[in-house]
Amino acid sequence: MFGKLNWSAIPIDQPIPMIASGLVALVILGVLAWVVLAGHLPYLWREWITSVDHKRIGVMYTLLATVMLLRGFVDALMMRSQQAIALQSQGYLPPEHYNQIFSAHGTIMIFFVAMPFVIGLMNLVVPLQLGVRDVAFPTLNSVGFWLTATGALLVNISLVVGEFARTGWLPYPPLSELTYSPGVGVDYYLWALQISGVGTLVAGINLVTTVLKLRTRGMTYLRMPMFCWTTLASNLLIVAAFPILTATLAMLILDRYFGFHFFTNEAGGNVMMFMNLIWAWGHPEVYILVLPAFGIFSEVVSTFSGKPLFGYRSMVLATMAICIISFMVWLHHFFTMGAGPTVNAIFGIASMIIAVPTGVKIYNWLFTMYGGRVRFDTPMLWALGFMVTFILGGLTGVLVAVPPADFLLHNSLFLVAHFHNVIIGGVLFGAFAGYTYWFPKAFGFRLHEGFGKAAFWCWLIGFYVAFMPLYAVGFLGMTRRMQHYDVPEWRPWLLIAGVGALIILAGIIFQIMQLTVSIRRREELRDRTGDPWDGRSLEWATASPPPVFNFAIPPDVSGEDAYWSLKARAKQQDLEKREPDYKDIEMPRNSPTGFVCAFFATIMGFALIWHIWWMVAAGAIGAFTTFVAFAWRDHDEYVIPAKEVARIDRANIEERRAMISLAGA
Amino acid sequence: MADTTLAYAQPDPHRLRGIAHAAVAHEGPAPKRIVTGFGFWIFLLSDIVMFSCFFATYAVLVDQTDGGPKGAELFDLRRVAIETVCLLLSSFTCGLANIAADVRNKLWFQLGMAATCVLGLAFLYLELTEFADLVARGAGPTRSAFLSAFFSLVGCHGLHVSAGILWLLTMMAQVVAKGFRADIERRIMCFALFWHALDIIWVAVFSVVYLLGSKP
Repeated sequence: MFGKLNWSAIPIDQPIPMIASGLVALVILGVLAWVVLAGHLPYLWREWITSVDHKRIGVMYTLLATVMLLRGFVDALMMRSQQAIALQSQGYLPPEHYNQIFSAHGTIMIFFVAMPFVIGLMNLVVPLQLGVRDVAFPTLNSVGFWLTATGALLVNISLVVGEFARTGWLPYPPLSELTYSPGVGVDYYLWALQISGVGTLVAGINLVTTVLKLRTRGMTYLRMPMFCWTTLASNLLIVAAFPILTATLAMLILDRYFGFHFFTNEAGGNVMMFMNLIWAWGHPEVYILVLPAFGIFSEVVSTFSGKPLFGYRSMVLATMAICIISFMVWLHHFFTMGAGPTVNAIFGIASMIIAVPTGVKIYNWLFTMYGGRVRFDTPMLWALGFMVTFILGGLTGVLVAVPPADFLLHNSLFLVAHFHNVIIGGVLFGAFAGYTYWFPKAFGFRLHEGFGKAAFWCWLIGFYVAFMPLYAVGFLGMTRRMQHYDVPEWRPWLLIAGVGALIILAGIIFQIMQLTVSIRRREELRDRTGDPWDGRSLEWATASPPPVFNFAIPPDVSGEDAYWSLKARAKQQDLEKREPDYKDIEMPRNSPTGFVCAFFATIMGFALIWHIWWMVAAGAIGAFTTFVAFAWRDHDEYVIPAKEVARIDRANIEERRAMISLAGA
Repeated sequence: MADTTLAYAQPDPHRLRGIAHAAVAHEGPAPKRIVTGFGFWIFLLSDIVMFSCFFATYAVLVDQTDGGPKGAELFDLRRVAIETVCLLLSSFTCGLANIAADVRNKLWFQLGMAATCVLGLAFLYLELTEFADLVARGAGPTRSAFLSAFFSLVGCHGLHVSAGILWLLTMMAQVVAKGFRADIERRIMCFALFWHALDIIWVAVFSVVYLLGSKP
């Protein structure tokens, strides 16, 4: 009846997961109770859960990412404290639990923090920057988000029911095969990623189509803001790389569920094929994450320097070059496979070549600042911290791209330090810069500067204290993923790293305080004009938060930095007074399709993990029925009358005129 | 089918509405039909990337028979030829249904789709009997890495065809219930793209798996 599921799946004898999940369950129940009792449920259902508005979906993606960041960070704290203690002792985490923690940490941080964070920001900003009313496929957008949430939910369910993978964040066979991982841990990993992978693919298709086919009048390719270019590149990579992940995980599923022999040791299976396939996805994935961050920094640096981006065209070229070369370097993740010196040399050189366009970008940002009037607001601080940190991470990357050096450093903590160096210093700092920069656009008030700066400094210093020691201890020969160790020389470095993690914790606490304080003081932090940073691109040309239709009149673009030139012209011509000709606007209707579909996907995923076949069938039928029901509805759009559009737009135009005349005076 | 000829004799048969001009001086967002079709093309490309992974693994594992049967001992080219004819013909009937949809002829649309469905089912039946036959001869997917890769590649295509038939039946029902509404026409266009793409993939499967594999 319930497949492999029975009461022994719940780890009652292990206090840590039980207490942790108990706390999480309490918080979730508390929030749910508050939502229901305070009567917010209809509002949430109407305005958020069923919303197909790209701005709302973007905010929900980002919220998911920040919540999962807390979960992933708790895992990190546990690992750092375990390694700080476990010199010639077992520490406080038994090996099977420790292995689950580092696997969950990596999986969560990449798939459920970094991915939803950048996809959320792209969703929120790109249609605004392109001057359009929504993404290409609004309902599919909602489906994509809810499927990502399903994946996150399954990973968290594994905390209470059953176990998570003990294989690391990429389930390398033969360890991940049924013979060596008979539990449901790997299955949780596989189905969580397959389901959220569908969501990511949908988001990728949606954003590629949006950038290529939905741009406002006059927005030619070479007038798009840099963030739109990096979004295009990143989503092209999603479309080209995520199917590889889907196929590879499908093969592992076939091995585990039906006894196929793709990656097994016997019957001719080929283990190294998994490594090749997974990294053919995995290396582009790195750029899927970091390219949007590069776009965010481009926007931030140019806005806070008060200058157009230096070398815009070279930046476009560098972005697209990275987009292509990122598919030609995957083998550097396993130089030790033994492909021979020629192959290793080719991939080593390709890996060094990809550092060139990245270097171009760094110089472009530096020259954008040069001669500009630089304002050191929080987003700009994140950008500066990024530039220093990322150069360092890039350099250690070039170092491990040298095959002979990699033979020494492979799987050591040096490598762990390197990829945290680029992912925290690049992706996460970028996400935080974007979060601070576009928060007023999404919610209509700015984030508190003081707490923001405190959080930045804690993160920056904490990062260096936590990860520089790992470079050192890597050189001393410590390999990654060690539950305990016997070398006393490593101890001091790991203690320092633990302190670094605590400093980062302080940074996260400051961020939580920043959010709370900003919400409380939102009236004094209010952004009335919609242009709090003196921005240059079109998202600042509409109110904060933007009306559901984004722009009352689709903007007409005649050059780069569309909104900047608009402002300049308005000042010169002493403010345009002519009332625009408002028209009725058609907007897509809300739809619960995404949520219902994700509900069935959750049931199906859970049933597949536990081999409950009737429930799998029920979930599949439910999901199909949902789609047919969606396809059957008759009215998928509603009309906002011109009068209403005019009323909403006039208020914002007044505020803007006041600001421009103040600036002109 | 005089209407059909007329439709294709128009100066702008695909209702592109000056999209060629838009590439030079950007006119604003593309019409919905273009956006939907374009997005679906992107999906098809991603699907083809997925198939290429299965092709690549097949190429790597094709000689890993673990002492079991090779392709040449297993493949029945006559059956595969009939399968191919079914699928290629179904693409033709699918094209007819699409043209009928363009001129809003319900009868011919339903006839074309029904023929596509029957041919697709015939293809699936032949494929399933082939699979059952192999399993009965002890050459199931668990026998060797080669057979794992074979069953996955061909089976993945078969799953796509099955999903396509489910979609096809849904579209037939939708046209009966709602007629040729704009959004339904866009879905029909996407379905046709999907069905033709499956044909292209089958041509690759036929060549790489069956033709190359039948060499002794």
